[in-house]
Order: sequence, then structure tokens, then C-alpha cells
Amino acid sequence: MKGTEHIADAFRRSQVEGRTAFMPYFTLGYPTPELSVEIVCALAQTGAGLIELGIPFSDPLADGPTIQHSTQVALEQGVTVRRCLEMIRQVRERGVVQPLILMGYYNPILAFGLERYVQGAWDAGADGLIVPDLPLEEAGALEATCREAGAALIYLAAPTSSAARLKQLAERTSGFLYLVSLTGVTGARRELSDGLGSFVRQARAVAHTPLAVGFGVSTPEQVSRVGKMADGVIVGSALIQAARDGQDAVAGVQQLAGKLSMAC
Amino acid sequence: MITLNQPDVHTRPAPLAAKFGPYGGQFVPETLMPALAELCQAYEHLREDVHFQRHLQHLQRTYVGRPTPLTHAHRLSEHLGGAQIYLKREDLAHSGAHKINNALGQALVAQRLGKRRIVAETGAGQHGVASATAAALLGLECVVYMGTLDIARQQPNVLRMRLLGAEVRPVESGSRTLKDAINEAIRDWVTNVENTHYLLGSALGPHPYPSMVRDFQSVIGQEARQQMLAQVGKLPDACIACVGGGSNAIGLFQAFRGDEMVALIGVEAGGLGISSGKHAARFADARLGRPGVLHGTYTYLLQNEDGQVAETHSISAGLDYPAVGPEHAYLRDIGRARYTSANDSEALDAFQMLARLEGILPALESAHAVAEAMRLAPGLRPDQALLVNLSGRGDKDLDTVMKALPDSAFRNGERS
Repeated sequence: MKGTEHIADAFRRSQVEGRTAFMPYFTLGYPTPELSVEIVCALAQTGAGLIELGIPFSDPLADGPTIQHSTQVALEQGVTVRRCLEMIRQVRERGVVQPLILMGYYNPILAFGLERYVQGAWDAGADGLIVPDLPLEEAGALEATCREAGAALIYLAAPTSSAARLKQLAERTSGFLYLVSLTGVTGARRELSDGLGSFVRQARAVAHTPLAVGFGVSTPEQVSRVGKMADGVIVGSALIQAARDGQDAVAGVQQLAGKLSMAC
Repeated sequence: MITLNQPDVHTRPAPLAAKFGPYGGQFVPETLMPALAELCQAYEHLREDVHFQRHLQHLQRTYVGRPTPLTHAHRLSEHLGGAQIYLKREDLAHSGAHKINNALGQALVAQRLGKRRIVAETGAGQHGVASATAAALLGLECVVYMGTLDIARQQPNVLRMRLLGAEVRPVESGSRTLKDAINEAIRDWVTNVENTHYLLGSALGPHPYPSMVRDFQSVIGQEARQQMLAQVGKLPDACIACVGGGSNAIGLFQAFRGDEMVALIGVEAGGLGISSGKHAARFADARLGRPGVLHGTYTYLLQNEDGQVAETHSISAGLDYPAVGPEHAYLRDIGRARYTSANDSEALDAFQMLARLEGILPALESAHAVAEAMRLAPGLRPDQALLVNLSGRGDKDLDTVMKALPDSAFRNGERS
């Protein structure tokens, strides 16, 4: 099955269950490569509809301090793209069936080679890519490579995107459209942005894919509110923080993810 | 024979391009794309707007102190026994470096965009000081991001920025230098894009920054070209400038691009030597320097095999950066400019030489360009001329120089 179809199925299943698709994010290689594999397997048991996996980069300029910390720790342990692909393979071998979406900045993809990266991700068991520093204007080559492989290339739309851009993003994205909930970087916020409702409605009017909301969503209450508007909700920094805070990283993440998933 | 009254083909800015050959582009989060589009549109208009350009020229004359002089380095030229060396004295521009040319231009653009807040990054502190200066002049709020390693080695500039009313925010992440300060400035911009202009300090980043910064810096080359013709009666055989991001170099080169007989030479930071891996020479190191994407632009970038950005080293904070402006990558590809490097100790030698023979303390960044001139001059004839961009003054570097040079360099009253 194609990555795009696998993703569409996951959203459909959540819809049938009357839920919002819960999409936890976690950084591959954090706090260690072994533990991150354990954590992803645990996340799959919490009712996640899809799972987003971060490929570490030295200069993650769309990320706040929590995810920055996680990618830096991963890099300090020598995590590479190749190693990340191995971890994805392990996760699949351990029976994780949900769509896996790779979130990684463009330079490591370029260095690895576009085709080799997309093919490697596909072979390892990934279904789609998110590249936060690759806007429409620069994404032609990667988009074509993904299309050929049947993998999804998921675009991000921002509250600052004009109506015309939003329409273009909705047309060119595959799998789903990632709505950035706020004007800023990733990381927990006390409140959801005021304009989120109208942003989602605007996107809904032009979208032909499911809509997932991420950035700044961290609590079950926020997840529940986002769930009333969107088809999917993405939580990242809060889960990294849970791994960082507790004695047992796996248990800490699993516990929070369970609560978030219940709110979906 | 070149006449003194050149047609203005050399002074008109080149057309704006999003890419220079394959280099450049806009690799930024979607959140920033509308702001870049707005900036492109505004700037395309302002670069042709007579009132805007007149306002800028007025401030350059009455506030910055332009034109900066062209100085014939007599004693240095005589000492080296070859070509005549001429110094374009950007160190004499207000706030001590060429950075003010761009800071003032962009602050005026921010004002026209209705943005009351500017954020900037700084390495050596010169761009931070220039931004703080322009912000004070125009009454804008100013936040400057600076790596903690740079804060430690450029204390006087930190104090200057604060005196000018700017807020200096320390950056602890990564290598704690210029690269990380840019990451933080971009994150701030992503968050506050509605009311904030990112006053990027070099000819890098996403389009239109490389072109806009080049345009604001091209006054250097325009003046220097006229001054060479007026004072020396001919063009130089080569123009030499240091290249971190490369704004002072592109600003010097721009006016000479059509003069095919004039060689254009960029000097990167060789740090502890290319083979040591501890340097910021993107072009010189074929192992680490390959095209890639950092801070919104596709250009030569020091990176490991896995596309992780490499740590850099230079004695000069302003050159300590892993990527180079995309137009330099293009000028190198088409063979119009060539790039070389000077290491830390060559820059220190040039620093001392210029101090003792010409009475000028250059910025350690600019000392890299002087070092290249010192290498080239002895092999040239006395009727040949090298034009060196002395992009900034060295007062800010006294701490670094004191630590790097032996005590004998500071002995009383000794002239070598």
C-alpha cells in the first residue's frame, strides 16, 4: 500500500471511531537510540493514529528549546540519518502498524540524496515526510521524488499564510495538511491561539485531505479543543518533556500519551 | 585610457534575483514566507524610489560620514616592496565598520514596512552595534541575539549595544557563536513576524536578503572605484576583502564586476589551518565544504557527511560562520572571483603590521584581507595597485589580541 493511502486509512479509522487522530511526535535517538525505539513502540500502544518521528538536525530553526534539546542530545550520541532509518525498521519489526511520518530539516536530506532518502525511508517503513524549512517554492524536486515512491510529502500551513497560499498548500500536500496552530516555533503554550478556529475553517474550505493541528498543543484540554475542529492533533514537546522529567522515560511518555489520546 | 566620468552602468544596482545560478532561494518555515514576500515587494519598490534613496544618501553623508576615505598605505607598500596598497576605510564609518551601511538601509525599510521592532544577530558585535545605532536613530525597538562565546570575546561591543538602548539576548545553544545567534533571531522573527523586521547583517539568508544587503553595501565599491580613478588615475589590479557571510566583499566587488581586468579576491578565515578542520573556509576545504542549506539559503556550507552543520573556528568572531553568501558561491563558479584563506596567525601578523606601519588598528576580520594583500604585493610591480577593504576597526579586538600575542608585542616604544 502507498504511504498516502496508509495515512488516509488511519484518518478514516479515527473518524469511524468518532475520534480525532492522535499523532504523537518523538525525536529519534532521544534520550538514547534504544530508548527512543522503546518509546515509539509504547506510543503505538496508546491509541495513536499516526506517529511523527523527528530526524535530528544541528540547527532546527522551527523548533523551541525542548525539541532543540532532544535533537542535540541525539546528535551527541552520533545519531545519523542512516541510524534513524534503522530505528524505523526496528519499530516496524516490533509490530508498530501506524503510519510513520518523518519530520526532518532539508540539509540532512540533501546530504543523503533526495532519492536515496525517500527510498530509504520507504524501505524502512515510513509513509510520509515533513520538511519544515522547505516551502512550496523550493519543494518541486522532493515532491516529485515522493510522488514516484508513493510517499506523502506533507506541507505546513501557517496562520500567516494568505488565502491564495493556503489554497496552493492544500492542493499540493499529500496525506494531510499540517496546520501550524500559532505564529512561532514548536513548544508548549499556556493557551491555544485565538484565531485557530477560523484558521481551521479557512483551511477546511480549500482542503481535500484531512487537517492536523500541531505546535503549541500540550495538554489533554487543548487536545480536546483542537479535536473539535481538526481531524488530527499533533503533540511533541510535551512528550519530550515527559521523557526528560521522569525517572522512567518510557513510562512517563506512555502515561502522558495515554491521557492525550483519551482526550482525542 | 579610462576616463574619470564613467557612465552610471557601474553604479546602478544589478537586478534582483531569487537565485544566483543554483545558489540562494528561500528555505524557511511557511510562517515566514508571507513576510519575505512582503519584504521583496517593498524592497523592489524602495530600491527604485528616489525619495527613499535620497533619504538614505543624506543619512550616509550627514550621519555615517560617507564617503569614507581611500588611504594609500605608503609605508606598508614600501615595506613589502611591490604593488601599491590602497585601503578603503570602512573602519572610519560611524560605529566602526561597514555594517552601518546595511543596518541603516534596512532600518529605513523596516520603518517603511511599519515595523517598530527589529531583531538582529551578531558575531563580532559590529552588526549588533550598527543595528542598535540605526534603531536609536530611527526610534525603533532593538533586540540583538549573540552567542555567549562571542559575548565573552567581544565585551566592549556588548556594552556599546546596551548603551545604545538595545537588548542583548545571550544564546547558549550549539556552538554559542554567530550561527546560533542567527537561529535564535529567526525563531524570534517566526514568533513576532507581524510587528518585527529581521535585520540580517550579512549577504546571506533567504531572498531578498542577499540582494538587499549587497545593494546597501555596494556604496563601498562605488565610492572606492571613483576614488581610485580620482586619486590614482586608474582602477586597481585586484580588490581584496574578507569573507564571513561576505557582505563587505560583495559590496566592494559589485562596482568592479564589469571591469574584467580587475581581479576580485575573497579571503576566508583559515583558523588554525585548513587541515586542522578548525576554520571557517567553506571553499578551501573540499572535505567539509559542500553546497547545502542553512539559514534559508542554498550555498557552500561546512558540514559533515550526514548534513549536520560543522563547528567553525576563527580568531575573528565576524568570520566564524559555516556558510557563505550565495552570490559568492556563484561568483566563484563562474570564475569572476577567486577565494583564498588566511589563518589566525597571518591575520594577527597583518594586524600588527598595519598598526605599526600605518597607524591603523584593523578589525581582525579585515586583517585577513590585509594578510592576502601582504602575500600578493611583493610579487607585483610598484606600478600595480591592490585595493583592500578595511571593513572595520580593531578596538573591539584588543582583548583577543592581548591573549593571542606575546608580551613582547606590547613592549613600550618599540617600532619594528
